[in-house]
Formats: sequence, structure tokens, C-alpha cells
Amino acid sequence: MEASEKRKEYWKKNLTITAILMVIWFVITYVIGYYARDLSFNFFGWPFAFYMGAQGSLILYIVIIWFYARYMNNLDIEYGVQEGEE
Amino acid sequence: MFQEAKSQSAFVSQLKKVYTFYTGGFIVFVILLGIAEAMGMPRVWIGYLFLAMTILLYAGIGIMSRTNIADEYYVAGRRVPALFNGMATGADWMSAASFIGMAGGLYLGGYSGLAFIMGWTGGYCLVALFLAPYLRKFGQFTIPDFLGARYGGHLPRFVGILIAILCSFTYVVAQIYGVGLITTRLTGVEFTLGIFLGLGGILVCSFLGGMKAVTWTQVAQYIILIIAYMIPVVWLSVKQTGVPIPQAVYGYQLQKVTAKEQLLIDDPKEKEVRGIFASRAATGAESLKDPAKSYADGKAKLDADLAKAKADNAPEADVKKAEAALAAYPKDQAAATAQWTKDRAAAGRAALPLRHAEAFPGKDDKARDIARKNFLALTLCLMVGTAALPHILMRYYTTPSVKEARASVTWSLFFIFLLYFTAPSLAVLVKYTIYHDVVGTAFSALPAWVKNWQAVDPSLLSIVDVNKDGIVQLAEIAIGGDIVVLATPEIAGLPYVISGLVAAGGLAAALSTADGLLLTIANALSHDLYYMMIDPNATTQRRVTLSKILLLVVAVLAALVAAQKPADILFLVSAAFSLAAAGFFPALTLGIFWKRATGIAASLGMLAGVGITFYYMATTQPWLREMFFGTPRSAPVTGIWWDIQPISAGLFGIPLGFIVIVLVSLVTPAPSKEVQDMVEDVRYPNLKAA
Repeated sequence: MEASEKRKEYWKKNLTITAILMVIWFVITYVIGYYARDLSFNFFGWPFAFYMGAQGSLILYIVIIWFYARYMNNLDIEYGVQEGEE
Repeated sequence: MFQEAKSQSAFVSQLKKVYTFYTGGFIVFVILLGIAEAMGMPRVWIGYLFLAMTILLYAGIGIMSRTNIADEYYVAGRRVPALFNGMATGADWMSAASFIGMAGGLYLGGYSGLAFIMGWTGGYCLVALFLAPYLRKFGQFTIPDFLGARYGGHLPRFVGILIAILCSFTYVVAQIYGVGLITTRLTGVEFTLGIFLGLGGILVCSFLGGMKAVTWTQVAQYIILIIAYMIPVVWLSVKQTGVPIPQAVYGYQLQKVTAKEQLLIDDPKEKEVRGIFASRAATGAESLKDPAKSYADGKAKLDADLAKAKADNAPEADVKKAEAALAAYPKDQAAATAQWTKDRAAAGRAALPLRHAEAFPGKDDKARDIARKNFLALTLCLMVGTAALPHILMRYYTTPSVKEARASVTWSLFFIFLLYFTAPSLAVLVKYTIYHDVVGTAFSALPAWVKNWQAVDPSLLSIVDVNKDGIVQLAEIAIGGDIVVLATPEIAGLPYVISGLVAAGGLAAALSTADGLLLTIANALSHDLYYMMIDPNATTQRRVTLSKILLLVVAVLAALVAAQKPADILFLVSAAFSLAAAGFFPALTLGIFWKRATGIAASLGMLAGVGITFYYMATTQPWLREMFFGTPRSAPVTGIWWDIQPISAGLFGIPLGFIVIVLVSLVTPAPSKEVQDMVEDVRYPNLKAA
């Protein structure tokens, strides 16, 4: 029973982090995208919205994926569901 | 070369060694060609050598990794390390559209082109969070495999096969078309021959070694394409700004371009040229209302002019002029109609220059709102489509573990990012050159590269002195997007060998994507349709052989379609994304995240999603509409929903897919215990240890 409780907790944590990261993804892409016309202040030479579309959002996407991989790998170990060495 | 190593870590270090050696060898090859060019080797030879060398190289890797073992043929033995799978995915992902088309699209579209940049990268967040680790844990061969196992029965698998083939085939036709174009440009051979030459390169590789050969070739192709993309941009950046990192400094070039745009908008000479185009377009449109009458009237007027000049005993020159005008008049009504249609299209050139950095330009709030809606919708379709294209998802079956699959998505996006964050800078740098070195120059003093490209391909660049003032106005320049990447080496003043390198990079991009797609189609047919549904007793040998034969057949079919030069290639590519998004994404994610989703619901959801997407495209996209309903292309488009362009049809298909699956699941019996256990199993990298 204990094992199945732990399993549920693992899955819940996975869903939570997935949801949090998806919210960040949504804000970067769609909230900034929606208000792009209003966000045109100068950002190191670029209008901010243009910079986000051309570079900023891409960097953040990589960070999201990198963070998720790291977080989940640690979670695997914490809950003992990691894979053995080949 | 790819099979001796025993342990995974020895394998990784061997791979690193091989590819470092390979990269060095490739650079030496380019330098040697450069020296040969300086010593006077003809250009066409450089083209041939690049083509021969790269195709031989890919074929060589194919031969070295030939295999008949199912695990190796379908999923490269599941031992591709994250880093290399990332590179292979990058090459698999980036097609001719990314390599050549994207910077051009950004040049022409400014901010609106960023939908592709964001869409084609942000989608990897969905891949990483919703699909890759779970599919790897599931660990079969194809996407229909997952649908079949998760939803049970043949129906979901069969629907999956249909969708996989539908979107992959549309996509592969576009790639082979790109291969033909680039081969033609590189060597000057005829288009159809170019297609089949390139096809040879694709086939030797995937035919002999399946996924295994394709993976290692794609890594090699990624290296070529990224080097080819970077060298000219970096050089151009050094020339313009003195800084070799264009991505960091092009913001300032963008400011200068923006300042110049305002000058060009206000410039009286520019206004004059735009005015000429506007009146030409108006006349054309007016004449087209009643072509027969317009033609007769026009001819009668010129006849009358001539007769009057003669009758009035006008000077010789005036009579000659009237005769010349009559001679220049279109021979018949059809020719006149063609001319007027062309004139009418000049309306586009009468428009104000685009403000590159402005988001959602439009004449009023309503137009801006529509532009914004379509931008966001397109971004969504491209993102979800990225997370649903089977040839990409399949790549995550090839890593050794779930952990590596997660890391591998990070690497994939990183390698894709390298090119995608460079493309917008390239577009701005080239725009800066055009605005400063071409606009405002006397026609007699144009840079050499402008003259060259005008001669090579007027559809990519043509400048005509419309207002006869001897100076180039921006409105006088007609430019095709593809030139941005293709001409950069010459704009930057690099030797021809770099132009060859860029073409080789484009070829690598198109070939690698075509490889992955062909493999997906062949596997869907041989593994999913034949082995899983028709003859489950078929031996491995038989399946792999069948897959190889199918690969050949599909490749030839795709080449035949591409040789017809179907219209609107870019639309085809985007259509593949919308179709995949609406077809696969709801069924795949719900299959993992919702145990209650049932087989019949998934099948109906996939069909509904693809169905509505396809229906919307077929009724609102002029080219498809003509194909399916026979409506002439020029007829106005009706039945647009919420102003959404057909390119983003997935916007309707994706939610419908979700809704249908959820609703139907709730009224059908829950999946069996085994299926629910399987879903549970997929969610944890290793349950036995728990």
C-alpha cells in the first residue's frame, strides 16, 4: 500500500511541475505574444516583443526542458523509480 | 565503425572521436576546394564536387551501418546517446524550409515570420513534458504501435497509420522538391534529374541501414548544415558591425533598418514608384472586368491614334511612336488578360514598405486584431504539430533510457535553436545591406552580386527602373525570399566555395528530413499494417525486407509527385503540421495522462480532428479548393471562421479532437485492467525498483 501511495505522490509531483512549466510556456508565448504591440520598449537595441519572439522565448524554452529533465531525474531517484545502469 | 564498441560509455567516446575527425575532415575539404578555386578551378566543378562528396559520404555511412536486425533497423538498436540523438533530431527536424525558407520569410514578413521561429521551437516543450519520456518507456517501434497498444484493437492503429502517412507524405514531397531545387542550383542539371540524383543519396542510406544508418547520417548532416549556415552570417556580421556574433548585435542593425524604413515611407521618389504600381494595378483590375471590351477598346484607340497622326501629317517621330505603341499591344485577348492579371498583382508592390519590427501591422484596429489572432493561431498549430509529427516522436524511441530521452529533447532543441536564433539576425543583416547598399544607388553602380543574381534567377531578384530616374528605389526591387540565404556568401564577399557549402547545407537539411519521413511511412506500412495487422507471424527478416521495398516504392512515388512541381509547397508543409497536430496530439497525450480514454473514443477523436482540419483547408485554401471542388482559384474565399487562415486549420481540429475523445470515453466502458496497468507502467521510468 505504501508503495502505491508513494507512486501516487510521484505522479502528482510530476503533474504539478508539468503544469507550472506549461504556465510559464504559455505566458512566454501567448501573453507576451498577445501584448506584443504594447511591449515594444527598447531591449538592448531590439523592441522587447521582437526580441522575445526571435530569441528570448527560445532560450526560455530550452531552460524549461532542461529544468524538467533535471527535476524529473532527481524525482526518479527520490522515489526509487530510476533506471539501472545499462 | 558503429558496431564494435561494447559498453555505452566506450560507444559514446568512440562516437565523439569519429565525428570530431569527420568535422575536421570536412573543414579541410572545404579549405582545399577554396584553394583550388583561388588557383582557377571552374565554379561548376566546385558544385559537382560538393554534390558528389556529400552524397558519397551519406551513402558511405549507410553502407557501414547496414543492418537487417529489427531493433537496429527500426530504432537504431536503442543506444543512441542523448547528445547525438539531439543532433540527429535537429537534422531530421530542420528541412529545406528551415534552412533556406525561414530567413527569407523573416525578411519578407518581419515580425510575422517569428510565428515559425517560436512555433517550431516551443513545440519541443510539449514533446519534452507530454510525450518523449513516456513514449521511450513504452519502448516499441512506431507511433501507431503506441496507439494500438494503448487503445487496443486494430481501429486506433489503423487510423494512426492513415494519419502518419497523410502528414508524412505531404511533407516528404516538399522535401524532395527542395532536393531537386538545390541540386539544380548546385550543378546546373535539370530539375527532374536533380530530384532523382538526390533521391539516390536518400535511398542508399535509409534502404541499407534503416533508422540506424539514418541516425548516423543525420548527425553528419547536422554538422554540415550548421557550419554552412553560420559561416556567411558571421562574416556578414563582421563586415557590418565588426562583431562576429550576429545574434548578439543585430538589434542595433534593426534600429538602423527601422529608421531607414521611415525615410523610405516618406521619400517622394518612393511614393512616385508606388504610385505607378498602384495605377497600373487599378488599370489592370478595371480592364479585367470586361476583357473582351477592354481589349477591343484599347486596340481601337491605338488604331485611331495612328490614323489621326497620319491624317494630321504629324512629324515622322509621332507616327513612329503610334506605330510602336500599336505593335507593343498584346496580340490577342488572352495575352492581354495575362498582362492585366500581372498588372493587377502589382498592387502588392504599391504597398508601403513593411516595418520589420512592428508586430501585427494593419491599417486599423480590426486588421491588427486579425493579424494577431492568426499569428497566435499559427504558432499554436506549429507547436502542437511539432509534438505530433511521427518522424520526430519516433526519434525518442532510439535513446537507451527514459533519462536519456529527457536529456535528448534538451539537446534537440539546443541544436535547433542554434540555427533558429541565427535566422532572424540573417534577415536583418541582409535587409540592412539591401536598404543601404542597393536602395539609392545608381543603376550603373549596382554591386556585382545584384547583377549576378538578376541574371541567374530573375524570380529571386529583379530591379527595374520604373520611374526612369536611374536610381534604385526600394519599391523597384522585387525579391524572392530564398535569395536571403543563397546570396549571403556573395553579399558578404566570400569566395564561391562558400556558396557551394551553403547549397550543400541546404541539401543536407532536405535529405535528412526526407530520410526520416520516408522511414516513418515505410515503417507504418511494413511494421504496423503488415506485421501487426495482416501477418503477425512474419519473420523479422521478412518485415525488414518488406520495409526496404516499401521505402523504395514510397520514395519513387514522392519523387514523381514532386517532379510535377505541385503549387504552394510552403502551404503543404504547414498543412502537414496542422493535420498531425489535430490527428495525433489529443490521442497521444490523453492516452498517457487519462486512463479513462477509450479506444473507440480515440479513433473517433483522431478522425474528427483530422476531418475538420482537412475540411477547413479544402474549403478555404484556393489551391485545394480548386483540386477538390473545381472552384476557380480567383474566386473569393468564403466560409472563413473567425478570420482564421487555412494554414492554421489545426486550431479547430485540436480542440475538437480533445472534446470528442473525452465525451465519447465517458459514455463507453472504461479500458481493461491490462491497458490501465500499461498506462501506469509508462508513467514511471522503472516500476520494479519501487
